[in-house]
Amino acid sequence: MVDVAFQSSRTAAAQTGRRRAGLRNALRRKSMSAFLMTLPLILLIAVLVIYPALYSLHLATLNKAMTKFVGFGNFEFLFKRETFWLVVKQSCIFAISAVVFKALIGFIVAHFVHNVPANKQRKWRGMLLVPWVIPPAMSTLAWLWLFDPSYSAFNYTLAFFGLGPIPWTGDAMWARFSVILVNVWYGAPFFMIMYLAALKSVPEQLYEAAAIDGANWWQRIWYVTLPMMRNIIAITTLFSLIVTFANFDIVRILTAGGPLDHTHIFATWAFRVGIEGSDIPLGASVSLFMVPILAVAAIFILRDITKRGNES
Amino acid sequence: MADVSLRKVVKRYDEVEAVRGIDLDIADHEFVVLVGPSGCGKSTTLRMIAGLEDISDGDIMIGGDVVNDVPPKDRDIAMVFQNYALYPHMTVAENMSFGLRLKHYPKAEIKSRVTEAARMLDITDLIDRKPKQLSGGQRQRVAMGRAIVRNPKVFLFDEPLSNLDAKLRVQMRIEIKKVHQKVCTTTVYVTHDQVEAMTLADRVVVMNHGRIEQIGTPNELYHKPATRFVASFIGSPAMNFVPCRLEDVGGKLNVRLTDRLSFPLPPARAARYQGLSRTDKLLLGLRPEHVMEARPHAEPGIEPFDAVLDVTEPMGMETLVYFTLEGSQLCGRVNPNAGAQDGSPLRLAVDLNNMHLLNEVTGAVL
Repeated sequence: MVDVAFQSSRTAAAQTGRRRAGLRNALRRKSMSAFLMTLPLILLIAVLVIYPALYSLHLATLNKAMTKFVGFGNFEFLFKRETFWLVVKQSCIFAISAVVFKALIGFIVAHFVHNVPANKQRKWRGMLLVPWVIPPAMSTLAWLWLFDPSYSAFNYTLAFFGLGPIPWTGDAMWARFSVILVNVWYGAPFFMIMYLAALKSVPEQLYEAAAIDGANWWQRIWYVTLPMMRNIIAITTLFSLIVTFANFDIVRILTAGGPLDHTHIFATWAFRVGIEGSDIPLGASVSLFMVPILAVAAIFILRDITKRGNES
Repeated sequence: MADVSLRKVVKRYDEVEAVRGIDLDIADHEFVVLVGPSGCGKSTTLRMIAGLEDISDGDIMIGGDVVNDVPPKDRDIAMVFQNYALYPHMTVAENMSFGLRLKHYPKAEIKSRVTEAARMLDITDLIDRKPKQLSGGQRQRVAMGRAIVRNPKVFLFDEPLSNLDAKLRVQMRIEIKKVHQKVCTTTVYVTHDQVEAMTLADRVVVMNHGRIEQIGTPNELYHKPATRFVASFIGSPAMNFVPCRLEDVGGKLNVRLTDRLSFPLPPARAARYQGLSRTDKLLLGLRPEHVMEARPHAEPGIEPFDAVLDVTEPMGMETLVYFTLEGSQLCGRVNPNAGAQDGSPLRLAVDLNNMHLLNEVTGAVL
């Protein structure tokens, strides 16, 4: 990229003297050549991120036939619909409980793996990452079979003990439980691997000092491990919260939002009204609604990180 | 306050024996330094006393109670680590009071103990800072403060000064000694630096290959080493060793270094070595300060000889001279005005009143 930039400066040299001097001065400034070098990436981001974002903003202001500007009309319409508020509630329940369990399970499993002898650790790490590596659309299909009301492994096993059958995807509460379970299964390994890396970076002598100071294992986690991992916990939680809020495939495949919209979250409902319901502006409005919620979360968590960043 | 006893303590890692049956009695209020080269088992021994390592065999007693299976928190000890091990997210005061808070001491008592320790260590102004905002020496003080406020039975120091620069190390050495004089707690201190060991200890324990080579006061170790290892490890520059043998010359006992160089032994030494075999391979051990410039008039036990100096190191108050004698490199300490120069000959003298004679094979001092 540098070569290109400087070659173009040479081409410019053929032009008039004044212009040549101006361009060369501009290129001599480090910030200018740095900007030129990053320009391709900036353009790529602009095309792939900024344009769709702005376009969806634009879409959200149109009527169903996309012929007329209606301003906040779509949002007004959404706010009056009960299903919309159901989706808001479900998205929050889905994202928050899934992230909490992912973090909790990831933390516990990371502790177990951390205590596995180093020569066996690689094997465990590899195996535990499998759920995260399989494309979620595929693994969700497998879960769908596990959840099947009549032939599934789960209900068969429960029947063996004289329990069930449980309508895993047929009852509103069970369906919510199931999509959260699959999301946790899929996402916990990511937390595990992040926390494992963080655990490894806590100096062993801090634990020894705490042990001598009289801390039991729980106090060691509370007073040493957790404070030392605070930043990584905040970042992974934020990151996972964003990804989980925007989840589509698991819910779409497992329940498609049913029964009776009781597992719809923003992305699946946006798809339902936008693509399947042929009201693209309304779908765009639904998906846009995620932005302010996530932005608020991001601001809070990131502000906390910068505040503590220079502590350790 | 308590005494510490180790009885035949062994530490095995799979195949390797890091500590091979150590016996050690540390009296109440005593300051004992474990010293030795890296890998000699001194840190492992300390960590076994702390309870951070299990012991493979033997017994460890603190205050008369066997603590083999007692977890670190119930041993009533405090430890200062090499890299300080301060909690980075806590202030100095929180770091120091952490142990007391876990034990639910009353707030007022915690505060008074922390204030007192901070005053003793001169860190009162730093009490609200985080470890990151402190220099190495200040962090070391905080780590010591954390140990002091606990008022434990035993202080354990694991190479606490090795991360500090030379000047600060000397300063902190004095601080540690002062603190020990004030609080008088039984202290076990591990270091690889023999100067630290000599200056701090009531008694020094020299370790090598997982065994204790010798236990003694700093002066005992320096003047009466038991083995070649102790003789060479303690003292800087190290003791000189020259292969030699004993011979009888006209009814007197001589020590022969080379074909041309043989010294008559002073009467006291001759009497001590009379019984030794004349054919044994021996080593003459001489500290550098007992190899000096020749005096104008003869003194008993001080024998002159000629040497050609390889290298001289002027230190100001003395000059170290290095020369070769039949393949052995020797070091001597001469007066800066003695005219020692690189590559020039100089008439030197050995003080055989302070000589050591060692068995070359076993390394034992005879």
